[in-house]
Amino acid sequence: MSAVSDLQTDAQPPAGNPATAAAGTSTGTGGPRWLPQSTLLRHLTVVLLCAVGAVVLLEVTDPFRNSQLATLSYYAIAAGGLTVLTGLNGQISLGHGALMAVGAYTTALFLGADEPLPLPVIFVAAIVVTTAVGALVGAAASRLHGPYLAGATLALAVGLPGLALRFQETLGGEQGLRVRAPRAPDWFGDAISALSGNPATTTKWLAYVGTMALIVTYFLLANLVRSRIGRTWRAVRDQDVAAELAGIRLGSWRVLAFVVSAACAGLAGGVLAIVVRLAAPSGFTLVLSLSLLTAIVLGGLGSLFGALIGSALLVFLPQVTTDLGSAAGLDNTEAAQLAPFVYGVVLVVAMMFAPAGLVGSIRLRWLAQRAKRTAARESGR
Amino acid sequence: MQQFVNTTLSGLAQGMVFAAFALALVLIWRSTRIVNFAQGSMAAATTFIALALIQAGWNYWLAFVVALASGFLLGAVLERVIVRRVEGGPELNAVIVTLGLFVAIQAAVAIIFGSSFQSFPSPFGLRGFTVGGTTIALTPTLVYVIVAVVVTMLLLVALFRFTRVGLAMRAAAFGQEVARLLGVRVGRMLTLGWGLAAVVGSLAGILIAGGEFVYPAFMDSLIVFGFVAAVLGGLDSPVGAVVGGLVLGLALSYVSGYVPGGSALVNMAALVILVVVLLVRPGGLFASTAARRA
Repeated sequence: MSAVSDLQTDAQPPAGNPATAAAGTSTGTGGPRWLPQSTLLRHLTVVLLCAVGAVVLLEVTDPFRNSQLATLSYYAIAAGGLTVLTGLNGQISLGHGALMAVGAYTTALFLGADEPLPLPVIFVAAIVVTTAVGALVGAAASRLHGPYLAGATLALAVGLPGLALRFQETLGGEQGLRVRAPRAPDWFGDAISALSGNPATTTKWLAYVGTMALIVTYFLLANLVRSRIGRTWRAVRDQDVAAELAGIRLGSWRVLAFVVSAACAGLAGGVLAIVVRLAAPSGFTLVLSLSLLTAIVLGGLGSLFGALIGSALLVFLPQVTTDLGSAAGLDNTEAAQLAPFVYGVVLVVAMMFAPAGLVGSIRLRWLAQRAKRTAARESGR
Repeated sequence: MQQFVNTTLSGLAQGMVFAAFALALVLIWRSTRIVNFAQGSMAAATTFIALALIQAGWNYWLAFVVALASGFLLGAVLERVIVRRVEGGPELNAVIVTLGLFVAIQAAVAIIFGSSFQSFPSPFGLRGFTVGGTTIALTPTLVYVIVAVVVTMLLLVALFRFTRVGLAMRAAAFGQEVARLLGVRVGRMLTLGWGLAAVVGSLAGILIAGGEFVYPAFMDSLIVFGFVAAVLGGLDSPVGAVVGGLVLGLALSYVSGYVPGGSALVNMAALVILVVVLLVRPGGLFASTAARRA
């Protein structure tokens, strides 16, 4: 009967913090029957399916959609890292836009060299640099909570772009650094023309780079979430006193969460740099950090799938609202502000009516129904 | 020497505005345990209301009063309609709600008033007084800023110390259950507190806008400075907020004046100060209680 009690505990949202209900207590159940039981194998299967799906999607859509998917990939990478930090470990960060800036500037500087290193090496460098910054911030952040943490990371988001203005010769000041987008290698062109006959443009190559980075990141994060590390993070989030009594060092685990999250932001910044082909302070405003927060809150804090859905909203919603705004007679700059307006309203409304987010709310309802069915079966027997 | 005097003077005036803004944050924190990250956007909104009225030919002081009144209304309505639902809940939810308000109000201001830079008038001159043949950085506008903030603070002190409403507000902030048992309408007091805080925040917005250019995001760094100042003072103590504001204003002014290329580093300096204070003395300089636990 242990399975039943598992379900029943699952059906209750974590008591302390309804906002993180989507993070769940995902330990007992293992997804649909047709998937392998081992977590690693199951995730590998899903990754393979996603990779095939992504290739098909990239090949049937036009170049414009390709570039939108590239944009989606960097938002989703950053949001994935943030949802692990906020959803699983309960730390909020408004500084992820700034951390993305670190990754983007690192990538831009490395790509600007006369003989640029291979792209994967540059991404690793961006991740390493951002991780170092993240460790520094995380060390300070691990001692803060709630509004204090939000305020400190807010200061980071507002302050860090100032460095680009201070060190104008290296970082390009207000104009920022132009990024030379890496050209697609020959084997890529051959592979694409063999596969679908589409021209292998740089846009397509960048979309592939972004999507693959996204899939790898989510694979790693998903395994991390299911591992001992993920369970420890949840313990630190929900019951810090009990966790401390069980010998978990709260500070180090909070720093670790921040570091992992910062690494994702660094990679996201790197992808952003090559997709946008520019690293400038105006690209990393507070609104970027807050829109990442919107993505993870809307999707459901702690859920990687939710982060993906939320990021899709960030990419596709501005277009819709801008069109609506223009139709309603607003001029372009005014219509462009409708998207942040909607983000803000979404944050407020989601917190008021569905703090578990899309994925979390559906999951909670599903779990509650399943528990009810199980209970009915039990009593009927 | 002259540079030192000028840097100090402008630091003091800046610090006064930070202090007012920090005070607005502290007022809300004391009563509802929420840091209102939307304060900056709310102040920007009322500043733009004042600007629109002035551009329509109104008198500066009339526009000033209307802006403060609309600030009161905005704060009270937001508390009653939105913030009330997350009060006393998980702190992360409240933080996210005020951040959402922050973005939404800022975007709404940009949609309604446009996102271009517009100059905001100052009722007094911007040319420095002359002392013994040299012009110092003390302008009539700076004097106006300092006087306005000091008067506001005295009014607040008088309100909390000498009136029944002030007493009721303090009781509601101190212990909601007890206050309710004694017949204080706690909900109303919280709404009133948000309204008052929004008035003080709006004042800070209008003061810092005087003689400068405004755009929808012009309060973004002020919310950081106000927060840092409030934390310096312990987030719980109005006196601490004022002292914290002045200390921060002076510190940032010296960074901007003496560090090469320092004006771009002011925001970073605020971050460094914040982190150092939080790590070394997490209770702030004036914390009355051990309210904060990491």
